[in-house]
Amino acid sequence: MGEEAQALILSTSPHAKSTDSVRKIMGIVNLMLLPAVAFSIYQFGLYVLAMYAVSIATCLATEYLVVRWRKRPFSLNDGSALVTALLLVMVLPPRFPLYGVILGAVVAIVIGKQIFGGIGYNIFNPALIGRAFLAAAYPVWITSWITPRIGVDGISMTDAVSTATPLAQMKFDGVVAAAADLFLGFIGGSIGETSALLLLIGAIYLIVKKYIKWRIPLSIFLTVAVLGGIFHLINPARFPNPLFHLFAGGLMIGALYMATDMVTSPITKKGCVYFGIGIGLLVIVIRLFGGLSEGAMYAILFMNALVPLINRATKPRIFGTGAGE
Amino acid sequence: MKLFSFKGGVHPPEMKELAEDSPIRKAEIPKNLTVPLVQHIGVPCKATVEVGQQVREGQVIGETQAFVTAPVHAPVSGKVKKIENVLHPLGIKAPAVLLEVGEGEEKEYMEPLGDDPAKLDSKQMLERVQQAGIVGMGGATFPAHVKFAPPKEKKIDTFIINGCECEPYLTADYRVMIEWGDDVLLGAQMISKILGVERTIVGIEENKPEAIENLRQLTGNVGGEVQVVETKYPQGAEKMLIKALLGREVPSGGLPMDVGVVVSNVGTAVAVCEAVRDGKPLIERVVTVTGNGVGKPGNFLARIGTSVQSLVDQAGGTVGTVGKLIMGGPMMGLAQSSFDTPVIKGTSGILIMQEQGEMHETHLPCIKCSFCVQACPVYLIPSRLSIIAEAQNWKKAEEFGVNDCIECGCCNYVCPSKRPIVQFIKTTKMKLRKLKAMEK
Repeated sequence: MGEEAQALILSTSPHAKSTDSVRKIMGIVNLMLLPAVAFSIYQFGLYVLAMYAVSIATCLATEYLVVRWRKRPFSLNDGSALVTALLLVMVLPPRFPLYGVILGAVVAIVIGKQIFGGIGYNIFNPALIGRAFLAAAYPVWITSWITPRIGVDGISMTDAVSTATPLAQMKFDGVVAAAADLFLGFIGGSIGETSALLLLIGAIYLIVKKYIKWRIPLSIFLTVAVLGGIFHLINPARFPNPLFHLFAGGLMIGALYMATDMVTSPITKKGCVYFGIGIGLLVIVIRLFGGLSEGAMYAILFMNALVPLINRATKPRIFGTGAGE
Repeated sequence: MKLFSFKGGVHPPEMKELAEDSPIRKAEIPKNLTVPLVQHIGVPCKATVEVGQQVREGQVIGETQAFVTAPVHAPVSGKVKKIENVLHPLGIKAPAVLLEVGEGEEKEYMEPLGDDPAKLDSKQMLERVQQAGIVGMGGATFPAHVKFAPPKEKKIDTFIINGCECEPYLTADYRVMIEWGDDVLLGAQMISKILGVERTIVGIEENKPEAIENLRQLTGNVGGEVQVVETKYPQGAEKMLIKALLGREVPSGGLPMDVGVVVSNVGTAVAVCEAVRDGKPLIERVVTVTGNGVGKPGNFLARIGTSVQSLVDQAGGTVGTVGKLIMGGPMMGLAQSSFDTPVIKGTSGILIMQEQGEMHETHLPCIKCSFCVQACPVYLIPSRLSIIAEAQNWKKAEEFGVNDCIECGCCNYVCPSKRPIVQFIKTTKMKLRKLKAMEK
C-alpha cells in the first residue's frame, strides 16, 4: 500500500461538493436566453445576427486579452463573458452600427468587469455599463427603432421602417400599446427585450434551478405594478396601466436577467426585496417623470451601487445571538 | 405532518444504500493494534504500562489526573510492544501504545452495576462513565462524564439521543438503532437518570424508517419518546437538533447545557449501557467502511486501534484508484494520509473515494450567488467570511462571526466557485486562537 499512501489526496472537509459550478450556471443562463435571442433574429432580421456575432467575438477576445495580461488563469471558459455579450445586444436597438457594438462590448468587459478584478468583483452589471456608455456616446442611434417583422396586426411589414418604442409613444405621443402585443413581442424596441413571454419562460426555469434570486424580479414587478397602478388610477389619461409598465421596454429583461445577475445583486433574502423595490420605484419615477423614456437600465445600475450597503444593512442575525436566544 | 427541522442546511446524495443493509459484523482483530493515548478533547493521557508488559483486555493503559480527560483501555489482551509517536487521525503525531495481540482470553472488566435504572445510583453511574473512558462517539470525542455533570447553576431538563446520522454514507448509528435498540434505550435511561431529567427524546431523521419503527416499539415498553426530524444535513449537529426539536437556540459561544439540554450520540448511549451493565470499558465501536473505493461496504464492530488497512481488507479491499481516505463522513470527515491510521473512539466511518478530476480543481472568485448564505445553519455570511479570511483580515473575520461557525461544510458544498470556505475558516480560527494566546 506504500504507493497508494503517497497518492492520497489531502484536503479539508467537505469532501462532497454539489454539481453546480460557475460554468454550469452561466451555461444554463446562456441557454435560457437563446429563445429570446432566436426570436429577436427572426423578428429583426439577419443584421441582428451579425450584431450578436460581433458582440460575442469582441467580448470573448477582450476577456481573453485582459485575463492574459493580468496573468489570471481563470474566467475564459466560465461563460460569463458570453452572458454579457448576449445581454448587451439584447438591450440595443435593432440597427445599431457594428462598430458601436464593438465599442460597447469592449467597455462592458473592460470597464464593466475586468477593471474591478474580473468575474465576481464587479459592482455594476457589465452589459448595462456597455449600454450606458453607448447611450451617452450615441444618443441618436440608441433611440432609433424599427418596426419588427410581425406587426401589431400580424401582417408582415417591410424591413427597417422607423418607429418609436411603446414607451416613447407613451411618453411623447400618449399612445399606449396593447398588453398582449407587448407580452408576445410584436412591438418595436430593443432587440431582445420585446418578447416578455420568452424571457419569462427562461427565467422561470432559472428560478426553479435557484440560479436567479426570485425575490428580486418579484419585488420589482410588484413595486412597478402597484405604483404604476396608483398613478393610473389618479390620472388614466396621462399615466398608462400597470400591465403596460410590466411588459414594455427593458423592464422584463432587466428584472429577470440583469437585476438578478448574481455578482451585482444582494446576497441576503431581505436585501433582494429592498433591491427590487428600489429598482421598481426608480423605473416608475424615471418613466413617468424623468427626461428619458426608458428607466430600467439606470434604475438597475443605481441600485447596483447600493448593493454593498444593502448587504450590510440586512446582515442576518447570527444563530444564538439577539432575539433567537 | 410537518417534520421538526431548522433553517438552512443542504441535502447531498445520501449514499447510505452502500452499507445500510449490511448487519454489524465483528471485525477480525489484526495481530497488532495501535492505541493512541489521545482519543478525546482535553488533557492527553500518559501511558500507565511499560514496554514488554503483558496487558489484559479492559485494563487501563493510559490515564491522567485531570478532569477533562478520558482514560484509555487495552482493547485486547497482549503485550506492549512499543510506546511511540504515531500518525493520529487528526493528522498529527501523537503518542500511542502498540500492542501485540496475545493468546489469552482473560479480561479485566469492571464490576457490573446492574441493569435496572430505577435501582442504579446516579453518582456511581457517572463515576463508571468516567472510568470506562467514554467520550462523545458522534465524532466530537468530548469526555462524557464532563458533559453529564454540568455545573449546578445549569438546570438540565431534556436529554436528547442523537440518532440523526445526517452525514451521507455513514450507517453505523442506523445499524446500532436497528440491532441494539434495547441497549440504546437502556443507556439513554441511565444517562437521563444521571442528569436527572424528565424528558428523553430520541431524534431520528425521516430517512431511517426502520430505526424509527424499532425504537418507537421499544420506547413503548421503557419510556422516552422518538421524534422524527427532516432529512437534512446538518440535522445531527447539536445546535441544529436542539433548535429543531425544542425550538431553543444555543447562545453564541455557549453549550447545549446553557439551554438546559444535553445531547449524546446513540453510540455513546450503547457505551454507557455496556459500562454500567457489563462493566465493559470503551474498547470497541461500530465503524462504517464505505465509499466507491471499497469492494464490499459494511458496518464493523472494530476494536479501538485497528488499522484502517485491516478494516478495508475485510470490506473487500480497495477498488480503482483511491483518491481520498476519509475518517468520518464526507461533510466533516478528515482526509488521511495513510492506511495505517488507527480507529479511535470517535471514528464513525472510513470513507474511501475513488479519484475524481474535481478533487484537483482550483477555486474561482466568489460570484455572490448567495447559495452559502441560504445554506448556513448558523446564519453567517460564508462568502464574505471566505473573502475576509483569504485577505488574512483576522480581526474582521471575528466581527463576522467566524467563531460561531460549526464547520459543517454546507457553504463549501454548495459553492459553485468551489471555494475552500471551511479551510479558510479553520485557518482563521486557528490564527485568532494564536493571537489571543499572544495577547495574554
